[in-house]
Amino acid sequence: MTQHYTDIANADAVLIMGSNAAEHHPISFRWVLKAKEAGATVIHVDPKFSRTSARSNYHVPLRSGTDIAFLGGMCKYILEKKLFFSEYVLNYTNASFLVGEKYTFKDGLFSGFDAAKKKYDKAAWAFEKDEKGMVKRDKTLQHPRCAINLLKAHYERYNLDLVSQVTGVSKENLLKVYDSFAATGKPNKAGTMLYALGWTQHTVGVQNIRLAGIIQLLLGNFGVAGGGINALRGEPNVQGSTDHALLYGYMPGYHNVPISTWKTLEEYQKANTPVTVDPMSVNWWSNRPKYIVSLLKGWFGDNASAENGFCYNLVPKLDPGMDCSHLFIFDRMYQGKIKGGFLFGHNPCQSFPNSNKVRKAWDKLDWLVVGEVFHNESTDNFKRPGADPKKCKTEIFLLPSAYRAEKEGTISNSGRWHMWHYKAIDPIGQARSMGDMFTEIMNRVRALYVKEGGALPDQVLKHQMLEKFNAEEVTRRINGYFTRDTKIGDKQYKKGQLVPGFANLQTDGSTSSLCWVYCGGYTDAEGNLAKRRDLTQTPMQAKIHLYPKFAWAWPMNRRVLYNRASVDMNGNPYNPEKAVIAWQDGKWVGDVPDGPAPPMAMKGGKYPFIMCTEGHGQLYGPGREDGPFPEHYEPAETPLTTNPFSAQMSNPCMKKATTEMDVLCANGDPRFPIVLTTYCMTEHWCSGSETRNGPALLEAEPQQYVEMSPQLAAEKGIKNGDFVVVESLRGKCEAVAMVTVRIKPFQIMGKTVHLVGMPFAFGWTKPKCGDAVNRLTTSVGDPNTTIPEYKACLVNLKKIAKATEL
Amino acid sequence: MSVSRRGFIKLLGAGTACLGLSKLGIDLGPAQAYAAGLKIEGSKESISICPFCSCGCNTLVHVKDGKIINIEGDPDYPISAGGLCAKGAALRSLHVSPNRITKPKYRAPGSAKWVEKDWDWMLDKIARKVKDQRDKDFVLKNEAGLEVNRLESVFSLGSSQMSNEECSVAHQSLRSLGIVHMDHQARV
Repeated sequence: MTQHYTDIANADAVLIMGSNAAEHHPISFRWVLKAKEAGATVIHVDPKFSRTSARSNYHVPLRSGTDIAFLGGMCKYILEKKLFFSEYVLNYTNASFLVGEKYTFKDGLFSGFDAAKKKYDKAAWAFEKDEKGMVKRDKTLQHPRCAINLLKAHYERYNLDLVSQVTGVSKENLLKVYDSFAATGKPNKAGTMLYALGWTQHTVGVQNIRLAGIIQLLLGNFGVAGGGINALRGEPNVQGSTDHALLYGYMPGYHNVPISTWKTLEEYQKANTPVTVDPMSVNWWSNRPKYIVSLLKGWFGDNASAENGFCYNLVPKLDPGMDCSHLFIFDRMYQGKIKGGFLFGHNPCQSFPNSNKVRKAWDKLDWLVVGEVFHNESTDNFKRPGADPKKCKTEIFLLPSAYRAEKEGTISNSGRWHMWHYKAIDPIGQARSMGDMFTEIMNRVRALYVKEGGALPDQVLKHQMLEKFNAEEVTRRINGYFTRDTKIGDKQYKKGQLVPGFANLQTDGSTSSLCWVYCGGYTDAEGNLAKRRDLTQTPMQAKIHLYPKFAWAWPMNRRVLYNRASVDMNGNPYNPEKAVIAWQDGKWVGDVPDGPAPPMAMKGGKYPFIMCTEGHGQLYGPGREDGPFPEHYEPAETPLTTNPFSAQMSNPCMKKATTEMDVLCANGDPRFPIVLTTYCMTEHWCSGSETRNGPALLEAEPQQYVEMSPQLAAEKGIKNGDFVVVESLRGKCEAVAMVTVRIKPFQIMGKTVHLVGMPFAFGWTKPKCGDAVNRLTTSVGDPNTTIPEYKACLVNLKKIAKATEL
Repeated sequence: MSVSRRGFIKLLGAGTACLGLSKLGIDLGPAQAYAAGLKIEGSKESISICPFCSCGCNTLVHVKDGKIINIEGDPDYPISAGGLCAKGAALRSLHVSPNRITKPKYRAPGSAKWVEKDWDWMLDKIARKVKDQRDKDFVLKNEAGLEVNRLESVFSLGSSQMSNEECSVAHQSLRSLGIVHMDHQARV
């Protein structure tokens, strides 16, 4: 989230798209309703009618996988009707930047595409710079290669007729949404966008969000109260676990993992530290070297010194382009290349796409360590229906895990609030926290390396690790310490003092921090700020539901990111009634500003988008794998035989798993004419492996079902409550038919396309409740994130007399 | 004076909370106060956080005689103001569920059964597996002859269920083994 939950109430328009907030983030919806009570228009764009739709001003159903067409049409509409916030767009976005002459876009492909590698050379998309290295700009916006003019040209094709034909949304509904959301393009109006996995789980997931970002920039909706792009994240600490990078490609704090061609720390820093010559750009990532060295000091302690590159060589390196995400972990597991591993609080045999493949791959492991609260489809995969345990060779170590109230520590909610939870009771039975598990395993592995030696023992042994897990001490280490007496400016710090904020982190090894974004959250003066419970506010903060003393938010307790874009060039709030920050008497008041610099028009003033190299919001964004502008491509499986927008059917860069089980239908395959979309439920959480153990929850939602329109049911001779089998090219899944007007057939390019929806919470370990819907879904992913396309694939269905799974 | 919402309700006292009903001529105040008090009376209250979606609803956990007797929403959490969804409301039933895994369990190759083992036995076996696999498969250099110092044959999946502190320790532990196949729910 660029904002936080309570900020949603400040919006004048709320666009919920790719999310069913009322059912899947029920508490977030309190703030949507507060906005609505205050007069905001709430719009729900989603394939099916849900409780979110019921409480919105209107629901607009669209065919799953066509968000870019829908939003591209909005972008065109805003530009053509000049509904954008022109002062903001001119001063705060890269609208006036000149794009280099190498950039082209032809029939679905951008310049620089290597068809053999399915990869773009992003150099072809670079901005044009002058001899000093400054990006050339035309503030009159007349030059045809100004970013905004290229944007306009790109979305020229996204007219109402075509968008309507592709998305299945009527022109009337398109205009209704475009008009009400574009109305927030005024200085004193704000629109927020709430999304969830309905945007990310597509082969164009990142570009869905990019386009949302472009629209928010055009409307001047970043930085302001009630604005922003807000991911309603699905998991309890998925914000924190992302910050701490339980992800192959990153180190804690959003730093790339080293690759083999960055041979030394110096080479790493050079490759990963952006440079600008514009003195008004803060270019915050220019500080990356400080965060990297502080991380290495945090990991390796006194073993890390400037002389040994702070032990950089002991960090494992990838090869360039190597993808070690879920999709390819299961590919390599299936091929027998992965032998063993750890699974903590995760149920991939149920929750990962093409789960028939995942389950077979899982059988091939030699050993597996699992930390879990309940048995689930992944712990007990060896005895799944149809499997012979005798044939599964895996040795499994199942460790009983403490549940939330049985342990202490911090989690970070979607709004980046860093909050402490206390241990109420000892873990049940012999259960232990996952922190204890990792620490105990590592103690023993390290003891073996001390005793026996082995492969590169230094990598294991040079790390500075706690011998007993202690959440409070780890919180301090995450914040970071001074490793020696240090003077910064005129302030003297002693060795062992906590670093008061990330602006003090250093490249010389005098500071440590296990994750720079959290630095400042635990101070000598105030202690562990995640424990704060103070609800006091200034009147200015009260107006925008800002609680700056409740817990702490990264970065530096800033609650609204890019808040310098909420004021004009002289520091006056665009919306004085809902000011986030304001420049008063030579200082900022309100939220913690994005850096202390004075307003942009004053001496020493800075651009507001401090994380972008050139300081401007990126209408044109040359950093993504699949293009500087989002383009509509059909899902990997589509009911269409041509893409009406271009000759390029699907995302040219999408990632695909490679085994013989990873099959995809031909475009418009007549055997599988129905679009399937999948989702969560209010009563079950994700794969359901926890919540299916709650008697009340299982009673409320006991069984796998498939939602379908009365028209499809009539075509198939299916009645409400009948058993059906849903089939894709990859598998079958039994379900109870739920015939409902919540789902309507779509008219797509002149023909009727049906869509069905299925929740994915039901698995075989609870008898008669059904089994994984993900046996149907596809193993393809977004080229930037490799997030799989759960939200759109092709199926067919038929009535069955008797069910075995239900 | 700064008073939190919860403190405010406490200050008011349970008696006045039943004003509405007293208009009907029935004073349920004392009875309700007694009933409400009974449930958590003498218990220890701790602040926790719901482990489901990332709204991060704070909860109050009441423990008495070594058992969780109640979990409810925390009225001082600004986002929820004490509300919980269906899952959050079921938290106690999940914490005390008879289905919880309470002891370490081992499944031998080819077996259809779980066998209970003690922690030391499990941890020693795991450490041995990890070390042997790492020593066997460790890659010092890639095909191009560049230093990579990684272990490709061992993976780690999960967990957004961990606290930040656990994630930090997990990340460091995995990198200290050279593991590169690590991923979690942010990607699914």
